[in-house]
Amino acid sequence: MPVVGLISHTEIVQSAIDALALGSLYSLYALGIALVFSVMGLINFAHGELIMIGGFALALLVGVMPLGIVLVVVAVVVVLAALTMERVAFRPVRGADPATLLITSFAVSYLLQNLAILIFGATPRTLSLGSWLGGSFTIAGNTVQHLSVATVIATAVLLAALVLFLGRTALGLRMRAAAEDFRMARLLGVRANRVIATAFAISGLLAAAGSVFLVAQTGTVTPDMGLTAILFAFMAAILGGIGSLPGAVAGGYLLGITTVLFQVWLPFSLRPYRDAFVFGVVFVVLVLRPQGLIPTRGHIRV
Amino acid sequence: MRWLMPLVLLEAAICAAAYLASGLGGSTTDFAVITALVNLMLVLGLYVFTGLSGVFSFGHIAFMAIGGYVAGLLTIPPVSKEVLLSGLPSFVAHAQLGTIPATLIGGGVAMVVALVLSLPLSRLDGLAAGLGTFAILIIVHVVASNWQDVTGGDAGISPIPITTTVTSALIWVVVAVALIYVLQNLKLGLRLRASREDHVAAQASGIRVSLDRAIAFGISGFVLGVGGALFAQFQGTVSPSAFYLPITFLTIAMLVVGGTKSLAGAVVGTMLLSVVGEVLRRVESGVDIAGLHVSGRAGVREVGLAVVMVAVLIFRPQGVTGGREIPWPLRRRSASGTPTEGASPGTDEPPLGEGDDRESHAKQWG
Repeated sequence: MPVVGLISHTEIVQSAIDALALGSLYSLYALGIALVFSVMGLINFAHGELIMIGGFALALLVGVMPLGIVLVVVAVVVVLAALTMERVAFRPVRGADPATLLITSFAVSYLLQNLAILIFGATPRTLSLGSWLGGSFTIAGNTVQHLSVATVIATAVLLAALVLFLGRTALGLRMRAAAEDFRMARLLGVRANRVIATAFAISGLLAAAGSVFLVAQTGTVTPDMGLTAILFAFMAAILGGIGSLPGAVAGGYLLGITTVLFQVWLPFSLRPYRDAFVFGVVFVVLVLRPQGLIPTRGHIRV
Repeated sequence: MRWLMPLVLLEAAICAAAYLASGLGGSTTDFAVITALVNLMLVLGLYVFTGLSGVFSFGHIAFMAIGGYVAGLLTIPPVSKEVLLSGLPSFVAHAQLGTIPATLIGGGVAMVVALVLSLPLSRLDGLAAGLGTFAILIIVHVVASNWQDVTGGDAGISPIPITTTVTSALIWVVVAVALIYVLQNLKLGLRLRASREDHVAAQASGIRVSLDRAIAFGISGFVLGVGGALFAQFQGTVSPSAFYLPITFLTIAMLVVGGTKSLAGAVVGTMLLSVVGEVLRRVESGVDIAGLHVSGRAGVREVGLAVVMVAVLIFRPQGVTGGREIPWPLRRRSASGTPTEGASPGTDEPPLGEGDDRESHAKQWG
C-alpha cells in the first residue's frame, strides 16, 4: 500500500467519502434553517426538535408497518409539526428583530425537548432501519457504507427538487421574491402566510430526511438528539452566509470536510477536542467574514 | 439622591424576598433561595452586556464555567487535587484560598477571557455576535469535558468546600445590583443604552460603540465568573453538564421574562421564574391532592418554564417590567421611569412597527 506521509491512499479516499456523507447531512440541516431564515429572518433553533420528532416517529413506527410507509408517515408528521410550530409560536412574533426570533425558537426548542422527556422519558431508544442501510460494499479496496451512498444521493435529489421547485413553480418564484425583499413581495400580492408556511413545510421535509439518516447512523433516538445536529447546522449556515441557500449547502459540505480533516489530522491526544477546533474555525470565519462565504445579495436581514 | 430610589426599592425587594422565603421554609427552601440568588447573579451578568447593549449572548455561561472551575480549583484542598487532577500547574495544585479571594479570582479570570474575546466579537453585531458567542460556549464545553487533568472531564471536580449561604449569596447580589445600577447611570451606561436604541445615531454622535461594548462584555464576564464561583461553592462540585444549554436557557428566559432593558427586569424575571420553577419542581417530585398521591414526571418543570417564556415573548415581548425600573411610588411625575429617561427616550416606547424595526436591522448588518 503506498503511503503518503502517515496516511494511506485508502484512508484518504475513505475520509473523502466520510466527509461527503457528513457534509450532505449538515447541508440537509443547514438548508432547512436557511430556507426559513430567508423568508422571515428567523434562525430556527427548534429545527433540531423537528429532527427529534422524526426520530420518535421512526422509533414508534418501525416494525409496525413496512419501511416505505413509515418514511411517508414520518415525513407527514414532521411537516405537520413544522407547520404547527410556525402557526402557534412563530406567527405571533413575526416581524420582531432576528435576535428576539432566535430567542423564541430557543424557547420552543427547549419546550419540545422537555415535552419529549415528559412523554417518552429520557432513556435512549434503540432501533434499526433494516439491514441494508447498515451494510457496505467494497470498491477498489475501499469500504463504502450503503448509508453514506444513500445520504449523498438523497441529499442530491432533495437539492435538485428544491432548485426545480424554487425555479420552475409559481410558489417557488414567490418564495424567492419574499427572500429577496419581503415587504416589496407583499406589496406585489405575495401572501406572507402562505410563503412562510411553505418554507416551514419544506424545512420539515428536510428535517424528516435528516432524522432518517441520523437515526440510521446512530441507531438511537433521544429527546436531545436534535441538539448536536442543530449546532452544526447553525455553524454550516453561518459559514455559508445565513439565508443564502447555495451558501447553506456549501457551508454544510465545508463543515463536513473540516470535521473529517480534524478527525484525521489531529494528534491522537487532541482528537477529543475535534469539535472545539471545528467551532474555533467557524468562529474565526465568522469574525473575518461576518456575512459568510456566499452572502445573500443586497440588504438581506442578517 | 432621588435617582437612587429605584435601587433602594430593588434591593429591599431582593432582601425581603430572600429572607421571607428562607425564614418561612425549611432547609429545602434555603436550597431554592440560594439557587435563585446564584441564578440572579448570572442574570445580572447577562444583563450588563445584553440588557445594556441590546446584543444577545448565548455564550455567557462559558464565563460562568470559567469562574466555577477557577474558584473550585483554588479552594479544593491540595491533598484531594494531588490525587484527582495531576495536570495542574504547581501554584494551582498547592493553592488553597479562602472563599472571597477565590471568588474574585474566578471572576477576574472570566473577565480577562471575556475582554480577549471581545476583540474579535466587537467586529460582529446583533445576530452574528450572538452566534459567535454560541461557538464560544460550545468550545468551552468541549474543552471542559475532555481536559481530564485539569477539569476532571465529564465527572468534573470535587470536593469544593461548600461556603455559599443565603446571607453570603445575598451580599454578593446586593453589591452587584448596586454597582450595576450605578454603572448604567454613569456615562458608560448611558452610551451603551444609546447604542442599544439606535446604533447608527450613537455612532454618529461620537460613541465608540465597539469599545463600550467590549468593556461591558468584560464586566459581564466578571459578574458571571463570580456567579460561577458562587455556584461551585454552593454545589460542592462542578461538571461540564452544569454549564451548558439548560442553564443558558434558564438565564436567558429569566432576563427575557423580566424584560431585558431594565435592571428591575433582570431581578423580577429571576424571582418569578425561580418561584415558578420551585413550585413545578415540587409538582414534579409528586404531590398529594386531597389525600391522593399524584406522582410527577421528569420534565414538568422545564416544560412549564418554557411555556412561560414563550407566552411572555408572544404576549408581552418587552417582558413583565416592560423595560422600566421600579418607579418611585410617591411622586406620580417620576412614575414613568428613572431620571435617566431623558437620555434614552426610547426605553419606554412600545417596539417600533415591524417594517421600521426590520429596516433598522437591515441597515445595521446589511
